[in-house]
Amino acid sequence: MSSGFNRRRALVRRTTALVAALVGAIAGCQRETRLFTATPVPADARAQADALSAQQAGPAGRGMREVAAAGGYDEDSAYALAQGKMYYRWFNCIGCHAQGGGGSGPALMDASWIYGNKPGDVFTSIMDGRPGGMPSYRGRIPEKEAWELAAYVRSLSGLVSTDAATNRADSLSGADPEGLRDPQRPEDKQRK
Amino acid sequence: MRASTFAVRCSRQLPWIALAIGAGACLAAPADGDWPAAARDAANTRYSPLAEITAANASRLQLAWSFSTSVGKGHEAAPIVADGTMFVVTPFPNRVIAFDVSTPGAHVRWSFDPKPDPHAQGVACCDVVNRGAAVADGRLFFAALDNQVIALDVRDGAELWRTRLGDVASGQSMTMAPIVVRNEVIVGNSGSGFGVRGFIAALAADTGHEIWRAWSTGPDKDVRIGAGFAPFYAADRGTDLGVATWPPEAWRIGGGTVDGWVSYDAQLDLVFHGTGRPAPRNPHARPGANKWTSSLFARKAQTGDAVWAYQASPHDRYGYDGSNENVLVDLVLAGRERHVLLHPDSNGEFYVIDRATGEVLSADPYAFVSTSRGVDPDSGALRYATDELPAVGRVLRDSCPGSAGAKNWQPSAWSPRTQLLYVPHQDLCEDSDFFAVSHIPGTPYLGAESRMHERAGAPRGGFLAWDPVKRRKAWWLPERFPVWSGALATAGDVVFYGTMDGWFKAVDARSGHPLWKFKTASGIVGQPVSYRGGDGHQYVAVLAGVGGWAGLIVANDLDARDGTAGGGFVNAMKDLPAATGRGGMLYVFRLQ
Repeated sequence: MSSGFNRRRALVRRTTALVAALVGAIAGCQRETRLFTATPVPADARAQADALSAQQAGPAGRGMREVAAAGGYDEDSAYALAQGKMYYRWFNCIGCHAQGGGGSGPALMDASWIYGNKPGDVFTSIMDGRPGGMPSYRGRIPEKEAWELAAYVRSLSGLVSTDAATNRADSLSGADPEGLRDPQRPEDKQRK
Repeated sequence: MRASTFAVRCSRQLPWIALAIGAGACLAAPADGDWPAAARDAANTRYSPLAEITAANASRLQLAWSFSTSVGKGHEAAPIVADGTMFVVTPFPNRVIAFDVSTPGAHVRWSFDPKPDPHAQGVACCDVVNRGAAVADGRLFFAALDNQVIALDVRDGAELWRTRLGDVASGQSMTMAPIVVRNEVIVGNSGSGFGVRGFIAALAADTGHEIWRAWSTGPDKDVRIGAGFAPFYAADRGTDLGVATWPPEAWRIGGGTVDGWVSYDAQLDLVFHGTGRPAPRNPHARPGANKWTSSLFARKAQTGDAVWAYQASPHDRYGYDGSNENVLVDLVLAGRERHVLLHPDSNGEFYVIDRATGEVLSADPYAFVSTSRGVDPDSGALRYATDELPAVGRVLRDSCPGSAGAKNWQPSAWSPRTQLLYVPHQDLCEDSDFFAVSHIPGTPYLGAESRMHERAGAPRGGFLAWDPVKRRKAWWLPERFPVWSGALATAGDVVFYGTMDGWFKAVDARSGHPLWKFKTASGIVGQPVSYRGGDGHQYVAVLAGVGGWAGLIVANDLDARDGTAGGGFVNAMKDLPAATGRGGMLYVFRLQ
C-alpha cells in the first residue's frame, strides 16, 4: 500500500520535473520573431523607390545597402538561412562550391577565405564577383536574397548559431548538416 | 605484323615504313625524333618510333633535366618537340615555354604569356588544365583557357595571330590540344557542365580566320549535316535531329562540347572527333535522345561537313561523354582488312568502328559496367540496364562507371608492334541525385550532385592493354588511384604512364612487366612523350603536377569532409592529399 503511494508520488514528482524542463526548454528557444505583415511601403515616391531598390538589378544606387549593419542581414533567422540554402541551389552556387567542400570554386566549409568571411565580404563576393573566377550576381539576384545567401554561406563553416542553422537536406548527403558543423575561423589553427 | 597506316606515304626516312600497308592516314608523318602534336600523329597513336630504350635497358633510365613551371594546378599537357625545341603550355595562365633540347640542360629559348582573362578560371569545371599545343610549318598553335586560339612563331615566340572563339561569360572555356590538318588548325570548346553549346572549328593556320564551324546541337545546317551525311544506324538518320531530340530550345544550352581529341585520316580526308555530355546533367530536364551529345563524328576536313555520326550514349543519364580519343588503326578482322577507329568510351564499352562508314564492328566492356548491357549489334544502340530514369528526390546508387566514366580525357596509346591499345582508366561507381536547375550563363548547369566511390574489392584505377582483334584484355596493372595520365608507346616495346601519387612508370609493352619507376614531386596527370635529343639519344618527357577533375581535391584544396565536392570526385580521393601535393614540374629522362 505504502509502496504504491510512494510510487505515485515519485511519478508525480517526475512528471512535474519533466513539465518544468519542457517549459524551460521552450522558453529557452530563441527563435526569431516572425513578422506576419509586410513592412508597408511609404506613400512618398522617392522613399518607395529606395525601399524597392533591394529588388532592383544593376549597380548599387541610392538605397542599396553596402554593409550588413545597414540592414538586410540576419544570421539568427532560421527562415533566412533556410531561404539562403534554397538559393544556394537555385543560383547554381552548389555547382562550383558543392555542399561547402568546393569544386571549381573554393571550399566554403573550411577556415580559409580568400576575400574574407564577414557578412559584407561574402555579400560583395556574390554581388560583384571576384577576379579568380567568381561571377557577379548583381542584376541576377535581389539584394535581400543575396544577404540570405551570405548568411547561409557563413553557416557552411559553422559561423552561425546552431539554433538557426539548417539541418536536414532533401538531397544526397555529402557533408555533415550545417547545424552540426564546428565553427571554422581563420584565426583558429586547426586541421581539416 | 601489320603496322597502322598513319606512317605511310608521307614517311620518307623511316625504315619501318616497309611494314606499313595501304595508304596513309597521315599528313606528313612527323620526323621520328619529333613529337609535334599532343597525340604525336594525326592517327592519335602516341607511338614513338624511337627504340633505344628497350625492356632490357629501361632500368637504366635516369633524370636528365627538369624544370618548374611555377604553376600548381593540374598539368595535363603533352610536351611538344619539333626541330630541336620543346614547347610546354602550362595550366592557366597558359604560359608557353620553349626549351632548346639540342643542348644539355635545355636552356629556355623564350617564353610567352598570353594574359588570358582570369575569369576563365571560374568556368573551368575540372581544373584550369591545358592539354598541349601543336606545331606545323614553323608555327605553334594552342588554345588559352579564355577561348583564344593563338599562333606563335616557333623561333622566337612572336605572336602571329589570335582568334577568340567564344565568351567566358557564357560559361565557355578551352582546354583541348589543337591538331593541324594541312592549312587548318582544328579546335573545340569546353563547358558542357556550364550549358555551353559544343562546337568544333577550323581556323586558317596562316591568319587565324575561321574557315568552318560545326555545332554539336541544333539544326542540321549548324551541325553541318547535309546531302553527304550517311550515318550507319537508323537512330542517327532524320532531319534536324539536333533540335527534334530536345525540349524546345534546350539544344541552345545543350552541351556536347568538343573538349577531347581530334584525329584525321588523310586518305579518307576525314576528321574524327567525339562530343561531350548533354547539359544539364539532370536527364529529366531534357527528354529525348539529345543529339548530338555523347556522339562520334566523321567530318570532311575542308568543310566540316558530317559524313557519319554515331550516338554512343543517347539521352545520357549518367554523365558519360564521347569526347575522348579515337585512335585510327588498320586491323585484320575476320580475315578482312578494316580501317577502324578505336574508341574506349566513357560508358565502359570499347568500340571498334569502321571509320569510313561508322559501323560498329565490335563493342565490348573493358571495365566493370552496371549501367548498360552492351551494344545491340543491329541497331548500334547502347542497351541501358533500365529505361527508367532515376526519380527526382531519390538517390540513385551504385552507377558503374560513375560520371567520370570508365575512362575520361586521359588518352590511350597504340603500338603497331604489339597491336595493343594501352588504356589508362579508373574504376569508380557513383551515387547521385537530380534536382531542377536554371540556366544562368557563366554558372554551372547541372541539376545533379554526386558522390563517387570505390567498387568493393576493386582498385580505383589501372593501366590496361587491350587487344581489339581478340576483343579482350592482354594484361592489366592495378593502381591505387585512377590513372589520369596519358599513355606512351615506343618502338622499344616499352610503355610509359604516370600515377596520381607520383610514380612515372615504364612497363613491358608485351607483358606489362614493370621495368622502371621514378617518384615525382607531385602526382602525374600529364601525357608522356618521347623524342630524340641533340645528342642523338632517346628521351622521355612528362609533366608532373596533380590536378584535373580527379586531382581537384589537391589542386583546389577542396574539403574532404564533403563527398560531393569536386563534382563528387572528392569522395573517392580523400586520401590523395596525404599521398601527393601541388606542383608543376617537367621531368626528362634518358638512359645512363
